[in-house]
Amino acid sequence: MDLTSLSISALREKLVAREVSPLDALDALDARISAVDDKVHGFLSRDLALAKAHAAKADLSLPLGGVPIAIKDVINVTGEPCTCGSRMLLPYRAPYDATVIAKLRAAGAIPFGRANMDEFAMGSSTENSAFGPTHNPWDLTRTPGGSSGGSAAVVAADEAFAALGSDTGGSIRQPAALCGIVGVKPTYGRVSRYGLTAFASSLDQIGPFTKTVRDAALILDVISGKDPMDSTSLDQPVPAHTALLGRDIRGMKLGMPREYFIDGIDPQVDAAVRAAIRHYESLGAEIVEVSLPNTEHAVGVYYIIATAECSANLARFDGVRYGHRAESSGLLDHYGRTREEGFGPEVKRRIILGTYVLSSGYYDAYYLRAQKVRTLIRDDFTRAFAQCDAIVCPTSPEPAFKLGDRADDPLKMYLADIFTIATNLAGIPGLSLPCGFAEVDGKKLPIGLQLLGQPLDEPRLLQIAHAYEQSTDWHKARPGL
Amino acid sequence: MPLIPTIGLEVHVQLKTRSKMFCGCAVEFGAEPNTRVCPVCLGYPGALPVMNRAALEMTALTGLMLGCAVPEVCKFDRKNYFYPDMPKNYQITQYDQPLCVGGGVPLNEFAYPKDAQKSIVNPGKTVRLTRIHLEEDVAKSQHFESSTGIDFNRAGTPLMEIVSEPDIASPEEAFAYLIALQQILIYGGVSDADMEKGQLRCDCNVSVAEPGAPLGVKIEIKNMNSISAVRRAVAYEIERQIAAVQKGERLVQSTRRWDDDSAQTFEMRSKESAHDYRYFPDPDLLPVDTSVFMDEVRTRRPELPHEKRDRFVRDFGVTPYDASVLASEKALADYFDAAAKSARKPKNVANWIINDLLSALTTAEKTIVDCPISAHALDELVNLIDAGTISSSQGKEVFAAMFATGAPAAQIVEERGLKQESDSGAIEALCQQAIANSPKAVAEYKAGKLQAINSVKGQVMKLSQGKANPVVVSQVLEKLLAE
Repeated sequence: MDLTSLSISALREKLVAREVSPLDALDALDARISAVDDKVHGFLSRDLALAKAHAAKADLSLPLGGVPIAIKDVINVTGEPCTCGSRMLLPYRAPYDATVIAKLRAAGAIPFGRANMDEFAMGSSTENSAFGPTHNPWDLTRTPGGSSGGSAAVVAADEAFAALGSDTGGSIRQPAALCGIVGVKPTYGRVSRYGLTAFASSLDQIGPFTKTVRDAALILDVISGKDPMDSTSLDQPVPAHTALLGRDIRGMKLGMPREYFIDGIDPQVDAAVRAAIRHYESLGAEIVEVSLPNTEHAVGVYYIIATAECSANLARFDGVRYGHRAESSGLLDHYGRTREEGFGPEVKRRIILGTYVLSSGYYDAYYLRAQKVRTLIRDDFTRAFAQCDAIVCPTSPEPAFKLGDRADDPLKMYLADIFTIATNLAGIPGLSLPCGFAEVDGKKLPIGLQLLGQPLDEPRLLQIAHAYEQSTDWHKARPGL
Repeated sequence: MPLIPTIGLEVHVQLKTRSKMFCGCAVEFGAEPNTRVCPVCLGYPGALPVMNRAALEMTALTGLMLGCAVPEVCKFDRKNYFYPDMPKNYQITQYDQPLCVGGGVPLNEFAYPKDAQKSIVNPGKTVRLTRIHLEEDVAKSQHFESSTGIDFNRAGTPLMEIVSEPDIASPEEAFAYLIALQQILIYGGVSDADMEKGQLRCDCNVSVAEPGAPLGVKIEIKNMNSISAVRRAVAYEIERQIAAVQKGERLVQSTRRWDDDSAQTFEMRSKESAHDYRYFPDPDLLPVDTSVFMDEVRTRRPELPHEKRDRFVRDFGVTPYDASVLASEKALADYFDAAAKSARKPKNVANWIINDLLSALTTAEKTIVDCPISAHALDELVNLIDAGTISSSQGKEVFAAMFATGAPAAQIVEERGLKQESDSGAIEALCQQAIANSPKAVAEYKAGKLQAINSVKGQVMKLSQGKANPVVVSQVLEKLLAE
């Protein structure tokens, strides 16, 4: 039996029954990684000895006892690298655990492996990693999506039972869709950001990549909740995310946003998503058309707010206290060279853009106006949710694209996130789950179905996703590596 | 036309909180460099700020003491610029919605420099405030021969910035403003406000213009390490600007550095090189609802120096000067309040404190807080004198003994047999003896030279070994000599 293909739930059953030990699980993963990660390049590093030390002490009575979980290389884990996919942080070792890591440990899980990503989470293909791209396990010539492409790929390729990623404009959902797994971006403030290297503070949220909807619920149970170290975390009780799984969705209203079914969307994606919606109808859900009229502004607003925030968030990388430090003469030269050598082109592009929109004389026209439009986008969702329980739409307008295809065209790359960005601007939860395959060049490429919910309505989103998953077989397909 | 100066001050005050503004690290001076630090105040990847409620409350209390309005909502912003002493390369501060707005600092006569107290141009003036906001302090750079070290212990210390309107008209007013402000800050327990320790830092905006004309070019001066240095620097800068304008020079908006040794200011940068700080709201911090703590903060507003001074004059009959000395320090004012409460003559208590106690404390290198004589004990001593039980010269002796041993006055009087003799029968016998011993002085007195009685009186005091009540002695002598 191949341990690595198990879901968390299935692994937990075997662990609790003492059929396998946490060390067995780690060894199996390590063997799998050794076998396939040369091709996938989902991990930047992994410390098997450290993970084994934790596994030896794992308390199997805890909810995630003995379960190794891969971590996107943007989340701090004591003693481990946290490069954020950047040369800037190559020499850096994290001196502390992010709150999500502390919570995972307290639930018995074992952080294992640092997943590749676009540099500082800026990108939609993982090609912006300073350490080389991750390859899509379904077709190694294609991208796994991004920015959490490593996290998505290692779960899809059975190199991890689950992974944590971060989602600022779609960085969990889009790679989950392109790799054929489940990915959840929780409500803004549901999960603590303490220890997540910030890209855009008002948009970033940590979430899980899993093989099943139930596994996502298990992880959300553990990582959600108020954190005194993060002022923006919500002081709201954490429900059991598994509570509604398996319940009937008959009579539930699902909204189809007219603006998300547009020309230019890949026909196979369009067909798969429409088929999924018909499937929901067959399960007893009522489909209503809703409108999100400000959708067209989402990408523009996002690239003002996200870049403005990142221009300040990334200012701390100056080589004074940690990280890359260039040879230089004098202070200004030090800053210039360190940041010139440390950052890649996309990061520089966004810092410059963000610096520009915050500049005196431009602030009102860009940043302030973007904040106003952001409110309109949020209002769109509030109105839509008055008519439906959840929104159903594509996650990505297309299946995985070829590596190198977009690398030179940032604007085209930015459009990969058109269906995911508004969610972050509104702060609502979103989820992607497999809903079919596109046939491209004789390869099967996964297609993702996106579900969006009201703030803190994760349990119901999971219920709706679970109903689809359990009545279809898409999630059972594995890439042939 | 004469040129007149206009001055506005920006004062940074380190708050006396236990922990830093946005993390749990201790605020502590003199610790080993870089030992009071954590991922937050070092600006590590992923670290997030969490507001220090005590700092918000202390700033709001300062606002209440200075008559500011505290809006219901304030927020924090990022001020972006690169410097090695700034861990995140942005400072969390308050841009357009500060914690306190308006208010003012009343200048009292005794806050002015001693040599200027006689010539105050605008007595009773209040310098208006623009705002008070809260921010985080930066680290401390230490320059060595070929490198610079940075100590991040200070980084993230809560810092309150108090911005005045350009209401100050002279170096002496700037001095008085800082003294009065410092007193209030210490009274409220919000800061020790010691300029030499960097707990209070002051930048001055100085311009000169003809009366009635629009304000002149604003020039900022920095790097003054004491309140008297502020006075000197402002005086120098006014003179420099007036001389420049009169020579026909065009002043440019700029920042200048005060050098205390050469007593001059030097240009650091001009407006052309000014930063664009790109302020924007800090997405890591939510706006603050001040109503959550304001009711409680209101209960903590202390009686202020000028309020105490007025009450001392009104209720205790103390002179305005003495009252302001007593009110200059909260512990001293509390001491006086406690002693004066049960005093027969509170004014005499004030005199003992100002004339005897303060100098004894200075000599002994003590402060009022560790004064060996309790307020109650001093009150007993003064009451013994006022009741005529001991003479005031005996009082000095008793005071010295009390200060040295901490024993109560009554005990020392008893032990040393110092009780003043006020029984006129006993005194009369001594007086007759003295008159008999001083025929010459008696004759002179009777011939009309009234001060001759003093030598007779001295005799009586000698005979009584200093115990005779001098008032009674005078009365008895006059009576006997009139016979």
